[in-house]
Amino acid sequence: GKNEYDLLVIGGGSGGLACAKEAARFGRNVAVLDYVEPSPQGTKWGLGGTCVNVGCIPKKLMHQAALLGSALKDAQHYGWNIAQPVHHTWSVMAQAVQNYVKSLNWGHRVQLQDKKVKYFNMKGSFSDPHTIRGLTKAGKETVVTAENIVIATGGRPKYPTHIAGALEYGITSDDLFWLKESPGKTLTPFVFIVSLECAGFLTGIGLDTTVMMRSIPLRGFDQQMASLVTEHMESYGTKFLKRCFPTKVEKLESHRLQVTWKNTDLGTEETDSFDTVMWAVGRAPDTETLNLETVGVKTNSETGKIIVDASEATSVPHIYAVGDITEGRPELTPTAIAAGKLLAQRLFGQSSELMDYDNVPTTVFTPLEYGCVGLSEEAAVQCYGSDNIEVYHAYYKPLEFTVAERDVTQCYMKMVCLREREQRILGLHFIGPNAGEVTQGFALGIKCGATYPQLMKTIGIHPTCAEEITKLHITKRSGLDATVTGC
Amino acid sequence: QEAAKYEKKVMVLDFVMPTPLGNSWGLGGTCVNVGCIPKKLMHQAALLGQALQDSRKFGWQFTEEVKHNWMTMTESVQNYIGSLNWGYRVALREKKITFENAYGEFVGPHTIKATNKRGVEKLYTAERFLIATGERPRYLGVPGDKEYCISSDDLFSLPYCPGKTLVVGASYVALECAGFLAGLGLDVTVMVRSILLRGFDQDIANKIGEYMEGHGISFIREFVPIKVGSKWHMTTIDCSIPIIMVLLAIGRDACTRRIGLDKVGVKINEKTGKIPVNDEEQTNVPYIYAVGDILQDKLELTPLAIQAGRLLVQRLYAGATSKCDYVNVPTTVFTPLEYGACGYSEEAAVEKFGEENIEVYHSHFWPLEWTVPSRDNNKCYAKIICNIQDNERVIGFHVLGPNAGEVTQGFAAAMKCGLTKEQLDSTIGIHPVCAEV
Repeated sequence: GKNEYDLLVIGGGSGGLACAKEAARFGRNVAVLDYVEPSPQGTKWGLGGTCVNVGCIPKKLMHQAALLGSALKDAQHYGWNIAQPVHHTWSVMAQAVQNYVKSLNWGHRVQLQDKKVKYFNMKGSFSDPHTIRGLTKAGKETVVTAENIVIATGGRPKYPTHIAGALEYGITSDDLFWLKESPGKTLTPFVFIVSLECAGFLTGIGLDTTVMMRSIPLRGFDQQMASLVTEHMESYGTKFLKRCFPTKVEKLESHRLQVTWKNTDLGTEETDSFDTVMWAVGRAPDTETLNLETVGVKTNSETGKIIVDASEATSVPHIYAVGDITEGRPELTPTAIAAGKLLAQRLFGQSSELMDYDNVPTTVFTPLEYGCVGLSEEAAVQCYGSDNIEVYHAYYKPLEFTVAERDVTQCYMKMVCLREREQRILGLHFIGPNAGEVTQGFALGIKCGATYPQLMKTIGIHPTCAEEITKLHITKRSGLDATVTGC
Repeated sequence: QEAAKYEKKVMVLDFVMPTPLGNSWGLGGTCVNVGCIPKKLMHQAALLGQALQDSRKFGWQFTEEVKHNWMTMTESVQNYIGSLNWGYRVALREKKITFENAYGEFVGPHTIKATNKRGVEKLYTAERFLIATGERPRYLGVPGDKEYCISSDDLFSLPYCPGKTLVVGASYVALECAGFLAGLGLDVTVMVRSILLRGFDQDIANKIGEYMEGHGISFIREFVPIKVGSKWHMTTIDCSIPIIMVLLAIGRDACTRRIGLDKVGVKINEKTGKIPVNDEEQTNVPYIYAVGDILQDKLELTPLAIQAGRLLVQRLYAGATSKCDYVNVPTTVFTPLEYGACGYSEEAAVEKFGEENIEVYHSHFWPLEWTVPSRDNNKCYAKIICNIQDNERVIGFHVLGPNAGEVTQGFAAAMKCGLTKEQLDSTIGIHPVCAEV
């Protein structure tokens, strides 16, 4: 018989919702299935996916809470009289953040309704290439058929199950943002964006926080920038246990957690007790219960992610995938949204525009933020050879930090360009306040093929941090002091 | 400093005529001493006041009443400025540039007379001259203005809190100062003769005014002061207002009338005092150049002055040919709700290209950081103006929201690269930031 829906989207996150809403704009019959399997600790949430519930949104809000803590200190230098001591209450922040997230859940429900997209709060799995079996929490089953199916189930945090006690006693980012009470003294073993960002804001709100690092921070990112970020965090108050990795987690009588780890430098074993251990060892695609093998959707054997081509098509006709679940794509909300929208436009809107995954800008919201777009210095060297690239760089001082007497050691920016005549910009890296705001516009420029001379012709806005980018002129090659002087 | 790089013998004359109230300052010019720098720092102080309020919603707890101490802030700001003055003196010395703290005026071809504070006169000759004397705030020209009013030249080093203030003017200087004074907890009123931010996009100017009004700043529209009296009274046509401090921000006048330009034949605009130059910053006298705020028909901005000065010298002494690009110069107004802009205002675009040939894309947005403290939903705003006939090229960019300067800078660079709407659409946003809108 005929399929019930033109489009069925499995997964109500950034990618899925964007795709569904866009398809509905073309007057199509669209349905969305969204279901949140509770975390091992029992945390669950509403419609909207990772970004809204346990990702970007609560992360940035808690990061903001930490930044406001710094602002309170700065304010005294600017003449504001605040009686010491100032302290932070987790539950006030958590409730405010959680309430806002819930309003977004609600907003998404309303939007789907407005756009006449059918919403099922069910866990979906494939019966055949056009049929999905949906299961509610209570176990009630519904069968849905669709002409086209988009898988956008995203990922969930991994647990290092080889470490004893990891699953039973540790939490992940899925749980952190929904804690009703303060996590207290926290350990985040392993260094990924998530662990650094979380460790950063936990430190900022006054909690005793330790990061454990086996080797290098932020693998895959520009290593010079990654080091500056972690250096800043150290001077900011986050403790770093370097060249260590955890071996087991046990629960003490006091209900605290005892963590044992190996120090590879000294060859010793050490222990300490914490209130919370938060694992951030990467995310695994949420494909287990989808029943992909039944329909033949191919996944990457190593990562488990769904393999797609440039048009987001899987190995099975009429089945597509977008977002964190897809192999080789950045795990970012804006790319998922864009990919989802473009897919809907190609399926129903006679468009042929493919998603461009090049030069996607991103920002790490650590206490001192890091924004980047394009190639890291290492990648550029690998791609073109160090003789063919020029790196312009500068240590600068945000004006607002001067009166506040804040440490500017790690406020740094660099631009990686091709050395040949045109001097096209390959990558831009910026560490400092509001890094995301600074980087966004320049990402546009790079999309337009910006060259170093064009950037130099751009007049700066004064006084900002971003203007320093238009003034970059000291090269690494020259060996000259790259500290910005003058007003 | 650029010229010294090419081993030229360079001299700099800098002198600050004291304000009517007797204020003066060190080397560095308007930006460093009585412009961008202290303005942004005081704006930051005001923003921090707001941050204090927000922080309670994010879980921070401290005493209910928080007061601001003007002296603490001013001292910190002045100390920082002092360090910049010092930095410039050192830089000039290191680059072997002769510096004289003296008032310069032309007395004949290739000759300048420099008079220092003590009245000692010296004559200097040079192959080339660069005039970069900038501007000073204008006074009302009504009885009592010089005796009882202050200007931005005095505000940033005021040795006492201004208290209840009336700001006269609707320039960005007026609005920025009114903005931060209110943010520090002062009672502020702005007296405006007609429109806000003349020359800027009026749609945005009005939004800025509305925001300020919604945040406790009173506006008195369509009035001008006609007399300032001794008992802190200000009289206008229809009423008399008692106030404590009057800050004049009605415009700036070029410092070109008393530097002997007539003696060497440099033409100035008699009405405005500004100096017309060609696209190589040359006046009508071949060996005399000019840069900065005193130029006719050019934007009064620090980075522009710096760029023009540098490129000029590179053309003179290093054989370069690049001219300063005055098109698509970005700027930011640091009002409580900041405004970043680059390119055409909507009015200017309509006038130049015709309404049917432009497309305006716009959106209100709510910065994520304002959600939790429930601040100002739907006040932030962004718009881009595209030229339909030129591949929908972005010819105007406007953003009203926090960190507008940081947001706008990169867009300005992209516009320099010929950004089109299509390229804008295909660029992925960084999430969650304001700029992604």
